[in-house]
Amino acid sequence: MGNILELKSVRKTYQDHVAVNDVSFNIPKNCIFGLLGPNGAGKTSLIRIITTITRADSGSVILDGEKLSSHHPSVIGYMPEERGLYKKMKVGEHLIYLARLKGLSKKDAKSKIDHWLVKFGITDWWDKKVEELSKGMQQKIQFICTVVHEPKLLILDEPFSGLDPLNTNLIKDEIKELKEKGTSIIFSTHRMEQVEQICEHIVLINAGQNVLQGEVNEVRHQFKENLFEFEFSGTLPDFIANEYEVISVDSGKVIFKLEDDQQSNLILKRLIDAGVYIQSYKEILPSLNEIFIKQVNEKS
Amino acid sequence: MDKLWLIIKREYLTRVKKRSFIITTLVTPLAILLFMLVVGVIFSYEGDESKKFAVIDESGILTVRDGNDLRRRIGDKQKMNTRIYFKYPKTSLSELMDNFDKEEYDGIIVLPSIQNLKTKNYEIFYYSDNQLNIEINYTLEQLLARGIRDYKIEKFGMNKDDLKNLETKVNLEPKPISDKGEDASKLTSIVAASIGGFMGFIMYLAVFIYGMMVMRSVMEEKTNRIVEIMISSVKPFQLMLGKIIGVGGVGLTQLAIWAILIPIITLAGTLLFGYQPPQAELAAGMPEMMDPEDAQIMALAAFEEFRRQNWLLIVPVFLIFFVGGYLLYSSLFAAVGSAMSDDYAESQALTIPITIPVVLAFYIMIVAVRSPDSSLAVFASIFPLFSPIVMPARLAFGPPFWQVALSIVLLIATAILFVWITAKIYRVGILMYGKKVSLKELGKWIFYKE
Repeated sequence: MGNILELKSVRKTYQDHVAVNDVSFNIPKNCIFGLLGPNGAGKTSLIRIITTITRADSGSVILDGEKLSSHHPSVIGYMPEERGLYKKMKVGEHLIYLARLKGLSKKDAKSKIDHWLVKFGITDWWDKKVEELSKGMQQKIQFICTVVHEPKLLILDEPFSGLDPLNTNLIKDEIKELKEKGTSIIFSTHRMEQVEQICEHIVLINAGQNVLQGEVNEVRHQFKENLFEFEFSGTLPDFIANEYEVISVDSGKVIFKLEDDQQSNLILKRLIDAGVYIQSYKEILPSLNEIFIKQVNEKS
Repeated sequence: MDKLWLIIKREYLTRVKKRSFIITTLVTPLAILLFMLVVGVIFSYEGDESKKFAVIDESGILTVRDGNDLRRRIGDKQKMNTRIYFKYPKTSLSELMDNFDKEEYDGIIVLPSIQNLKTKNYEIFYYSDNQLNIEINYTLEQLLARGIRDYKIEKFGMNKDDLKNLETKVNLEPKPISDKGEDASKLTSIVAASIGGFMGFIMYLAVFIYGMMVMRSVMEEKTNRIVEIMISSVKPFQLMLGKIIGVGGVGLTQLAIWAILIPIITLAGTLLFGYQPPQAELAAGMPEMMDPEDAQIMALAAFEEFRRQNWLLIVPVFLIFFVGGYLLYSSLFAAVGSAMSDDYAESQALTIPITIPVVLAFYIMIVAVRSPDSSLAVFASIFPLFSPIVMPARLAFGPPFWQVALSIVLLIATAILFVWITAKIYRVGILMYGKKVSLKELGKWIFYKE
């Protein structure tokens, strides 16, 4: 499949600090990629390099096999965290303007925008001024602006901030649909539960460096602590407490830690043999949130 | 290039289509006309209060001999100067003072006898509880001085008509020596000065109005947070240049509309109200010195002089200076706008360094109009920060070709340099949030790498 984006030793310094320090990672094509990191980690600096707003001091950025250059903005769609629109412009006018700046012809822009307006059921907004729209409505327009030119690479910086649950789901669905159609998506956030739901790959940036990367499941496995949990009814056999390291026991739910996860099936077997009625039995994988906090704390 | 054009078009069209633009453009000429009318009325306004004075003139100073040896007193029982009355009551000062309120006098004037005819200072006493206003005071003094003059003429045994013949009005009528020299009338420099002053003033306004427009718009884009979306599609330089050119187009459009509208409205005003601006102004400026016929002749001559100007040269050169000066200053305003935070009032201090040269240039322009070939005027009309305002003011005086050419070259070079430098500041500024920026910092941004 190849990568849509390859970053090699990217470095960016501003006058008083290093914003991006030797960051390398690849983003596979046609996936939703989570760019994670606490505030001030260098996410926005990195995104600004990818969107050609600024340039890296050193290192290379390869977009779809080509060195990043000034014609690339037309294949990138970027929705910044801090976003706004020209308040006095009419919605239709505004959408066409931004689409044309991405290189679409007027006719193309019109038909593509119409498609999106129909999709969101907001065709009657065409002549409304942006300032007449509510914040959530403006976000929809913003989303259309970002995707109207059918970018190969879509970069969404905290796309759900300020959205109600209804619109969040709407945009989430659109993101998934775009991915199905072949768009590669970078999803930058510090809200981990969203990442777990949406992203397949992640990279974790902290203090300008990437500290962690890979597929979401792999990462979670990488950080697992061999914790298992089962729910049961009946009496708990003694061998559990005697032979294994139990973390917690409360009303029918036990969490314990294993030295070697090979034993987990054995324990299940022993439990069943002991006549315990097992309601559920599973390995506890750390949430990205936990990994995130652990990694960030470790480094600082 | 395509994108730049799109930006220019948007910046231009959104402004030109705005209701406020249409209203300002159409109403301003009317407002100017109205303003001129009002000013004319105010200046031609003479107070409507009339004053009555009791005059005690025991030595008969104000009694003059008329043609037929008939003696009469100045202003006796009749109105002088439309609103001053003199009365010569036969009562004494103390009696007058006692009955002051009853008689409804505004004041009592007492002329002591003149001991020495050669005296230059002569004190006349004025009794009243009320202060005289400046205008009446002045008129009174003039009236009395004239009366005393006549009195002295008579006492010295001189002939009034002979004295009148001593006065001669002198006009310097300029004539060229070489064939090249222009056949200037005495009005040439006055007309050139007014054209120059007008153009300089327009430049001054344009730099401020449209420069500020660029600044506000840059600031809005920044606080609106649209700017990051924009520069993910276009280069910051394109965005800035597009805005500057777009707003500049708005300025030129407005000027063009005014250039057409103002003469039309003036003409319409003349036809409708019989209002004639040149005469009205002249009459207002020098009410006593000129009779209406002279004013008429002078207005015609001024008009002729106005028509004789080399407009084919003046207008294009003015436009060049307009564009150059606008580019130079608006790029500075754009840079400052990019550095502004949401707190407009606080950030406004940053505009001061731009305002100073503009205001300086304006004052130099006023001096340059009076002495267009002074070294200050020549220097300022070539120095690029001042030249956009000062050189247009000198244009009607026909400055040497090399000065105009040098000035244009310098202005354009400086404007390009400024656009280049300010683009670097702009690029950093628009992405810089929540930070109070000092001028020093702005200077540092020039050297930031992309």
